Amino acid sequence: MIYLNAFLVAGTICLLGQLLVDVFKLTPGHVTSYFVVVGALLDSFSLYDRLIDFAGAGALVPITSFGHSLLHGALAKAEEMGFFGIAMGMFDLTASGITSAIIFAFLVAVFFKPKG
Amino acid sequence: MNKNYTEIIKKNQVKPRYLRKSIVAFVTGGLVGVVGQGLSDLYRYVFHLDKNNANSLMTVTLILITAITTGLGIYDTYGQFAGAGAFIPVTGFANSMTSAALESRSEGVTLGIAANMFKLAGSVIVFGVVSAFVLGAIRYLFFH
Amino acid sequence: MERATYVFDRVYLKGTGTSVGPLEKQGPLGEYFDRDYENNYCGEKNWEAAERRLLSDAIIIAIINSGLKLEDVDLIIAGDLINQNVISNYAMRDFDVPFLGMYGACSTSMQTLLTGSIFINSGMFNNIVVASSSHNATAERQFRYPTEYGGQKPPTMTFTVTGAGAALISSIPSSIKITAATIGRVIDAKQKNPNDMGSAMAPAASDTLIRHFRDLNISPDYYDMIVTGDLSQIGSQVLLDIMEYENYPINKLHHDCGKMIYSEDQKVFAGGSGCACCAVVTFGYIKRLLDTDQIKRALVVATGALLNPMMTLQKETIPCIAHAVAFEKCEVKP
Repeated sequence: MIYLNAFLVAGTICLLGQLLVDVFKLTPGHVTSYFVVVGALLDSFSLYDRLIDFAGAGALVPITSFGHSLLHGALAKAEEMGFFGIAMGMFDLTASGITSAIIFAFLVAVFFKPKG
Repeated sequence: MNKNYTEIIKKNQVKPRYLRKSIVAFVTGGLVGVVGQGLSDLYRYVFHLDKNNANSLMTVTLILITAITTGLGIYDTYGQFAGAGAFIPVTGFANSMTSAALESRSEGVTLGIAANMFKLAGSVIVFGVVSAFVLGAIRYLFFH
Repeated sequence: MERATYVFDRVYLKGTGTSVGPLEKQGPLGEYFDRDYENNYCGEKNWEAAERRLLSDAIIIAIINSGLKLEDVDLIIAGDLINQNVISNYAMRDFDVPFLGMYGACSTSMQTLLTGSIFINSGMFNNIVVASSSHNATAERQFRYPTEYGGQKPPTMTFTVTGAGAALISSIPSSIKITAATIGRVIDAKQKNPNDMGSAMAPAASDTLIRHFRDLNISPDYYDMIVTGDLSQIGSQVLLDIMEYENYPINKLHHDCGKMIYSEDQKVFAGGSGCACCAVVTFGYIKRLLDTDQIKRALVVATGALLNPMMTLQKETIPCIAHAVAFEKCEVKP
């Protein structure tokens, strides 16, 4: 059942992140940056798509999917436009996420005050 | 400084509760995955969006929830509890941007909010783009 | 070891003032603080302005409690954690008094106090106000992360106290005398973890304590209480172990401001820290213990971790320092 898979896959990726922070004393900034690279790596072997088929949102929600989306968009555009398609298509799939994050972060910062 | 002091310090180191933190991260992270799946299904089967749009909207929804809870001052409590269950999902990315922007509001809109928004999330984007470019180039040039 | 302890014969604690945020007021020592606020904005528009308000409060209350007036104050010595000491600098716009700013990280309270004491003992100054402040949000946003960031803080981390403490010291006799002070030296315990400052600071505290006892040729039990600033849970235990190892055991006498200011159920990880931690506990609580004769002699050792985030990213270790000031109850000669 896809909900169980989503739970297991998302949970496992988070568990790995927690261990990296606790045992290897990395910061969340380090771990998320490395996991994005891992996501891109898995996509370069076409493995991340299979993970998404298996776990649905469980593979899309963790930050690893950001790396996957960047590479995926880059390669899709490269099919069409040649080498420079890599640069042209990179943000195609991630555009909605980044755009909305900027807009919402901006609006919240304008209308709210930090509580400390 | 006496070298034996280093031994004394080491002896008093507190071991974090690895097991408890790992379990909490696993469960909370897993639940975020489940919620994401639920949102995706909601957008597909109730609002009749196609798969890609539903998934995009799911991400946007999670980002919105994170931004609002950050602004209300409750996300940091969740983050302290959940650990990686909060910073690994896209919620962590959205929180890092919102909290950085929110904190800098006393420095104005341009050089405060706008300039500081990517202070914490910048590394994720840089690593993502650089690695996707390198891997993409390798894939395109050698396996095309 | 060279001599670093100075004995005073004419320095008195005339008045103190403390102003804190809600979490500190709700803590075990809440009743000992002069002023408190409902939230950490303290009625101001941003965090830095809030900390300036706390600092101004403390200074004004200290002057009032001393029975003197602002015109009687020869000098203000103050410091805080924020870059370039701006909290103190900007707060001083409201006080027409000569000013010396100082930075000692979390040891600022005792650093300013011992400096003022030396000035007064020299006979060249009559009344000096010393003050220091810290604020949870200003410290978080400068040294660590935005206040609404959802990162997970480890149990070794300390919680910056929101507050300010000030003292007016004078050559005019009062019932509390400042009898001696030991100036610390920078000690680097080769610790790299900025999330566990207690462990890094404990060796500095032990160095200052040992020099204090050796210079004055006394044993720890000369004092009723030996109070460290903010070693908190882990650092305190490291200090006790080191002092026992060096044959100057302080187990029964040791208290730590970082452990005293918050209770178990206030979620503050390893305890309190920041300039205000030692300042408000010393000038609020320890002073009251002396006033009411619950103790006769106290040694307060404020510890400071002298790092900033850039040094940590450059993989430097954390140098620390500790300054000690001795307080004794005395008879007021009419």
